[in-house]
Amino acid sequence: MAQDAFDINYVAELARIELTDEEKSKLGAQLGDILKYVDQLKEVNVEGVEPAAHSVRLTNVTRPDEVRECLLHEDALKNAPRQVNGLFQVPKIVE
Amino acid sequence: MLNQLTISKLTEKLSKKEVSAREAMQACLDRVLSVDGKVKAFMSYDAEDALKQADAADKQIASGVSHADKPLLGVPIALKDIFAVKDQPLQSASQILNGFISPYSSTVVEKLQAAGAIVFGRLNMDEFAMGSSTENSSFHTTLNPWDTSRIPGGSSGGSAASVAADECIASLGTDTGGSIRQPAALCGCVGVKPTYGRVSRYGVIAFASSLDQVGPFTKDVRDAALMMNAISGHDPRDSTSVPREVPDYTASLTGDLKGMKLGVAKEFMVDGLDAEVKNAIDAAIKKLESLGAKIVEVSLPHSKYSVATYYIVATAEASSNLARFDGVRYGKRVDGADPLEMYRKTRGAGFGAEVKRRIILGTYVLSSGYYDAYYLRAQKVRTLIRQDFDTAFEKVDAIISPTTPTAAFKVGEKANDPLQMYLSDIFTISSNLAGNCGMSLPCGFTSDPKLPVGMQLLGPSFGEEKLFQIAHAYEQATDWHTQKPTL
Repeated sequence: MAQDAFDINYVAELARIELTDEEKSKLGAQLGDILKYVDQLKEVNVEGVEPAAHSVRLTNVTRPDEVRECLLHEDALKNAPRQVNGLFQVPKIVE
Repeated sequence: MLNQLTISKLTEKLSKKEVSAREAMQACLDRVLSVDGKVKAFMSYDAEDALKQADAADKQIASGVSHADKPLLGVPIALKDIFAVKDQPLQSASQILNGFISPYSSTVVEKLQAAGAIVFGRLNMDEFAMGSSTENSSFHTTLNPWDTSRIPGGSSGGSAASVAADECIASLGTDTGGSIRQPAALCGCVGVKPTYGRVSRYGVIAFASSLDQVGPFTKDVRDAALMMNAISGHDPRDSTSVPREVPDYTASLTGDLKGMKLGVAKEFMVDGLDAEVKNAIDAAIKKLESLGAKIVEVSLPHSKYSVATYYIVATAEASSNLARFDGVRYGKRVDGADPLEMYRKTRGAGFGAEVKRRIILGTYVLSSGYYDAYYLRAQKVRTLIRQDFDTAFEKVDAIISPTTPTAAFKVGEKANDPLQMYLSDIFTISSNLAGNCGMSLPCGFTSDPKLPVGMQLLGPSFGEEKLFQIAHAYEQATDWHTQKPTL
């Protein structure tokens, strides 16, 4: 299993979480310990074993593609931090 | 005192019109006022709304609605802050959902209401269900009613403490790695983790979607069967819910154990198991034998890898589920110059330390270059863990183990060592990975201080009836469940 130094800056960026310097050093150390612990999984012989995404064997469930009752527009906006013209308002992302 | 009653005793009195639902609800509210300053199980509750529901229940009883039609009519049931209730606050004990009012109700809440229950309160929990002590709540820590210098367990700490303290008749929680069974054991009540897919997760804030299950906290096994009757069943709104008939779980409460084979897994008698916990479990096993059960040794060889497997799978799923908290549509928002900065700042400010830890770990194990080594491998070990259970359940009807390695620990004792905290779930975690059902019930106390000890029964998938049968027979032959903390 990969044992390169855990790059907390890179992963925090992937997770879109801003960390303070103190958090970075504390988390980095704790995660290092946890990764060392989970490393024991490499002892297990998993040859020929199927990965289990679900604990119970399920089949995919679909329904007819028809319009059904759903959350009302105004209810969906009720908790919006910022809204304008019935839309969620966010900072500009396009130049 | 009406708040001290079980569901069965209260519904009996209600149907005989000896007491009113309003009196019962008021008794619970009085109790909350009287002891919750010490226990801190509740984040909030709406007394007016609760009494309104009680009055509505009384009207129904007066007009002839019977408990045969609505088995929970008039029974006050409190909810972990993870269940959506229309027009009520919902925040999974996190700052990132501060102020959020749910526009809809979860299926389990709708089912409880259809059965006539009074649902009230937001019960404290570890933030986003991540924790084993309720110390990760962004609000406050809930305390164990048996010793308020100790934790009640987690993540459903409020759900367990409120039942143990008789602040409600029963409560609802969730179990992803043991978060119902562990606090039930530490607080001396009954807690059930149903088979994955037995109970709908619609309207339940998701932590790890392939592991989360909803379940009840009750004062005795019969009450747990009544709750399971009410909340179980297929839900088209949850595509992982299994279309399978719900039996009447109370029919399993026969009191008869003859011919039942109980497995003891040799791998579960580990170092680190507290001596008094071990003695209580050994005594419980002897008691079950005297009641007619046969004890068989079984092996779960991959169980030692279950904590490691869980902390890869659960954190990976959590990193995905919690991506939605970004300040855009609901909850807390911290402004940024662009959306990415807004996400980073919002999530940095809104999530607590444990949540950040797990999201970052989960992101890492799914990231390019590491996915195969960590996540894919963990999913394969998960298959092996499930196969261990399948093999064991060919030989036995249920497996018995301690629920936790120790009784309740002190506030702050494990808070600085995440790995130590994770290891307290060692007996419960594998059944979330395998998906089968489990239950914790009281089986004794430690001596000084007097703290509850729980025993865990694990059953095959959709084998809840066997758990109820065994648990009820044991419970009726002992008196642990009648003892209450002094508050």
